[in-house]
Amino acid sequence: MTEKDKEIWGTIKFDGAMATKGYALNKMCFSFNNAEARDEFKKDEAAYCDKFGLTPEQKEAVINRDILELERLGGSIYYLAKFAGLLGLNVQDVGGIQTGRTTEEFKAYLDSQGRGKNNG
Amino acid sequence: MAKIIGGITTSHIPAIGIAMDKGLEDTPYWKDFFAGYPPIREWLGEQKPDIAIVFYNDHGLEMFLDKKPTFALGCAPRYENADEGWGIATIPPVTGETELSWHIANELIEHDFDPTICQDIKVDHGLTVPLSLMYPGHKYQHLKVIPVCINCERYPMPKPSRCYALGQAIGRAVESFAGDQKVVVFGTGGLSHQLDGERAGFINADFDNECMDKLVSDPEALTRYSNDDLVEIAGAQGVELNMWLAMRGCMLRNVQEVHRNYVAPISNTGAGTQLLLNE
Repeated sequence: MTEKDKEIWGTIKFDGAMATKGYALNKMCFSFNNAEARDEFKKDEAAYCDKFGLTPEQKEAVINRDILELERLGGSIYYLAKFAGLLGLNVQDVGGIQTGRTTEEFKAYLDSQGRGKNNG
Repeated sequence: MAKIIGGITTSHIPAIGIAMDKGLEDTPYWKDFFAGYPPIREWLGEQKPDIAIVFYNDHGLEMFLDKKPTFALGCAPRYENADEGWGIATIPPVTGETELSWHIANELIEHDFDPTICQDIKVDHGLTVPLSLMYPGHKYQHLKVIPVCINCERYPMPKPSRCYALGQAIGRAVESFAGDQKVVVFGTGGLSHQLDGERAGFINADFDNECMDKLVSDPEALTRYSNDDLVEIAGAQGVELNMWLAMRGCMLRNVQEVHRNYVAPISNTGAGTQLLLNE
């Protein structure tokens, strides 16, 4: 990190250090483009994590569906989205999980910044 | 010489493709968004461009972190779409192009841009959703597509000013191509949104509208932002504005806006579309 890098609240910058930390995790999530890989993961999640060499912390966060923790451990949202998709979660569900809101509350938050702005 | 007749900006979020597959265009949630597209489709139908240069980002279908280009240029006769892992339907192959593509490759390198040149890549929703929007029913195969992929996922990312300059170099390359092809340029993605972190869900509609104004009248003002600035003002994925800037850079003549629509939120984003003429 250089001095000119900005710290932005609630935002994890996916830079070289994070990409290094999260490489195995992201590689596993990248594999979920393939339907057979998704099935293999579902049959034995822990074994599938081990196959890609995830750290114990990453593996635990995968099992716990802890999206924020996975980001802190180097997961990129673009690859984690494939993990979330495999779990049947859409981007509003994932937004809710990360912000401590229900999906409906998260949708209301989105709406409050746009179409819902003038609805009180 | 080939001519860039106009530019189109559009969101490329997967939810749009899913909504089209399910026939939800006229439902209350979607109708204002889809109402933005018929004027653009009519223009495309009248103008019948031969080639579309599409600026998009790959969200992890083709370009994994192992070998991830900062800029990539497709030079292939055809591009396949494929399973992205979370349920958007795969669309029929996209027709490519190999003559103008290679001319652009030669000209870019001659003018100090060094993209990764791709002869066999899969294209993801970043490219396919805009095509589906412009040509409903997957009627896009007559159009020859030149994909230009910009890294928006992992730092270091190309700067907004560099993306704009890339577009300018591509615009000059097209204008120096011996042929009478009509070319349209697409800037896809955006506008403000953030998918990750505790700040997920952030949208800045005022900034989005300002971007759409400036894109027409003063694009260079937008190139003065850093990617960090864009993350702060427009959310972590607000950097997708870089594809719009690359598109705008291609338009070297007098630019006139003839159509615009903006709806927020659509999924987690501020969704803008514009039709610009390069006169």
